Amino acid sequence: MTGEDAVRLRPPRNAVDERAVAWWRSRLLAATAVPVVVLAVLGAFLGPARTWLLLAAGAVAALGLVCTAFLPAWWFRVHRWEVTDEAVYTRTGALRQEWRIAPMSRIQTVDTVRGPLEQAFGLATVTVTTASSKGAIRIGGLDHEHAAELAERLTALTRATPGDAT
Amino acid sequence: MSEEWRRLDPRTLLADAVVLCGVAGGAALPAVAGLSGGGSLGRAFAWVLSGVVLLVLLGTVGDWVRLRRTRYRVGPERVDLHTGLLLLKRRSLARERVRSVDLTANPLQRVLGVVKVRIGTGENTPGGESTLEFDLVARAEGERLRRELLGRAAVAGEPDRDGVLASLDPHWIRYAPVSFLAPALGAAAAGAVLQVSDWFGAQAEVVDWVGDRFRDTSLTWTVVDLVLLATVAGAVGALGLWVEMWWNYRLEREPGGTLRVRRGLFTARSVTLEERRLRGIELVEPLGVRLFGAARVDAVATGLAEHDEDKHGDLKNLLPAAPRERAEEVVALVLREPEPPTAAPLAAHPRAARVRRLRWAAWGVLVPVAVLAVLGPLLTPVLLYVAAGCALVLGPVAVLLALDAYRALGHGVSGGFLVARSGTVRRTTVALQRSGVIGWTVRQSYFQRRAGLLTLTATTAAGAGAYAVRDAGEGQGLVFAAEAVPGLLAPFLETPEARPTEG
Repeated sequence: MTGEDAVRLRPPRNAVDERAVAWWRSRLLAATAVPVVVLAVLGAFLGPARTWLLLAAGAVAALGLVCTAFLPAWWFRVHRWEVTDEAVYTRTGALRQEWRIAPMSRIQTVDTVRGPLEQAFGLATVTVTTASSKGAIRIGGLDHEHAAELAERLTALTRATPGDAT
Repeated sequence: MSEEWRRLDPRTLLADAVVLCGVAGGAALPAVAGLSGGGSLGRAFAWVLSGVVLLVLLGTVGDWVRLRRTRYRVGPERVDLHTGLLLLKRRSLARERVRSVDLTANPLQRVLGVVKVRIGTGENTPGGESTLEFDLVARAEGERLRRELLGRAAVAGEPDRDGVLASLDPHWIRYAPVSFLAPALGAAAAGAVLQVSDWFGAQAEVVDWVGDRFRDTSLTWTVVDLVLLATVAGAVGALGLWVEMWWNYRLEREPGGTLRVRRGLFTARSVTLEERRLRGIELVEPLGVRLFGAARVDAVATGLAEHDEDKHGDLKNLLPAAPRERAEEVVALVLREPEPPTAAPLAAHPRAARVRRLRWAAWGVLVPVAVLAVLGPLLTPVLLYVAAGCALVLGPVAVLLALDAYRALGHGVSGGFLVARSGTVRRTTVALQRSGVIGWTVRQSYFQRRAGLLTLTATTAAGAGAYAVRDAGEGQGLVFAAEAVPGLLAPFLETPEARPTEG
């Protein structure tokens, strides 16, 4: 291996909040429960197709439960974020991982969003958008007070950094 | 500076009324046919005629009200447009945010000497709220608006290479039939024949008639003939469309740093683009066109909204398919570079990228063949022959495409531009201003991780919003990204020396 080949992206410094694992778990459970319930109810009423519908429901439930058991822990290991004076840097994904970098001078908006599930776990998502239609960065699963602080800090930093954002 | 309120051109009424007459007349013909079935032709005709007259009158009155209620003003700082009868709409744009002024005129409007003016701000807000549309004004007034809104003082000290950058070479028409448009038009023509005959309840007769023509030929030859016929129709259609779209084409640079594309035989259109908005250029080579050594040039600019309702809507197109050397000349001229960045030598990607493409090709052929082979014994042995045919024909094609796709891969830095190329069916070479890159996205799937590859995406405010360098080597890609846009990626890279495990 040459020196150039060994260069790699270092992981961002901060992990997301530990409660994020539970949040992801409940989200996956909810996403599994909806189709399973629909299939099961249909199976209960439609006599002729009962076996197949219940089989499908079972398969979906098994897949969902496996995902619920393993994915959130994996996500927690991968999902990391970092904000420096120059840029926002995140890593997400599991099988397919993604690193995103946006410089402070190009940031246009900083939003904090809290869905109902996130509120239940005391979490929030910070979304940072740039002028690119494909350049938005989301940092999910942050403690909501921490997220508000972060959003404030980002706004202050963006204001202090000159740039026309395009 | 004109500050008084102005109105739209009264000839708008005439233009719209003629269109309305055409539409009403078109609808009237079947109506007459339908009504006369029961009673006399004369009475049906009278009914429909009065209906048409009423419709046109009402439409024209409505149009007149719209005309009376619409006014606009170009002030020193803002452009205002007031419109609407019940729902008053007052829209105002800051003049400094105006980024494009497009003039369009269909044949009728050209005869009447009026144009439609569209003023854009360069923001892609959904719902098109960022554009003002003046429907219709006199041609001279349109030109005046365009000049006044975009004719900012030329930046002093900047060498302005004004004038014509490219104009139409009629020989370029030879690339029209090999574009992907031709087969699409052929299929559309066949579909249209069937659809229209269906409206008149004559679809079965048409099919029978075609069957009669081919009574003496075998099924295979019938199919071959029909496909040939559709192809020829498609090629003719593509030629016609090319003439309509590109007649009188000129690409010019105007004082004050704007690029202007003018083209169109029947519908004349003029697209003006501020050079300040240009973030780069894309050299596009669709497979058919590439086989003949040609390429077309698209602009990568901020705020070039895609006008979906407009069939001639490829606003970003700066040059139609033209010989590659000519296309690259135009790239260099547009970007004001001595050498076209798109012709710069590019770094090849690792062999693992080729293995990946060959693997995709193999899967793409094997899966349908396997499905056919499994179903064959269960349903009908014909499927087995189809499977064998697929494997023999598609296999080599897929492998060739995979190898070609690998050859296309490349990236590099040329002067102030970042260059990336990929694709086989539609090969694109994008040259993006390095200062126009506003972020990086690095993606790595499980398979890419195993092969030591990654896909690097530069996000930008312009064009598609993101341009990718696919399947670059891990270190190669990251070093390239760090060099292309200094300071952005470098703080997040770690080299072996810094890594404690490899001390």
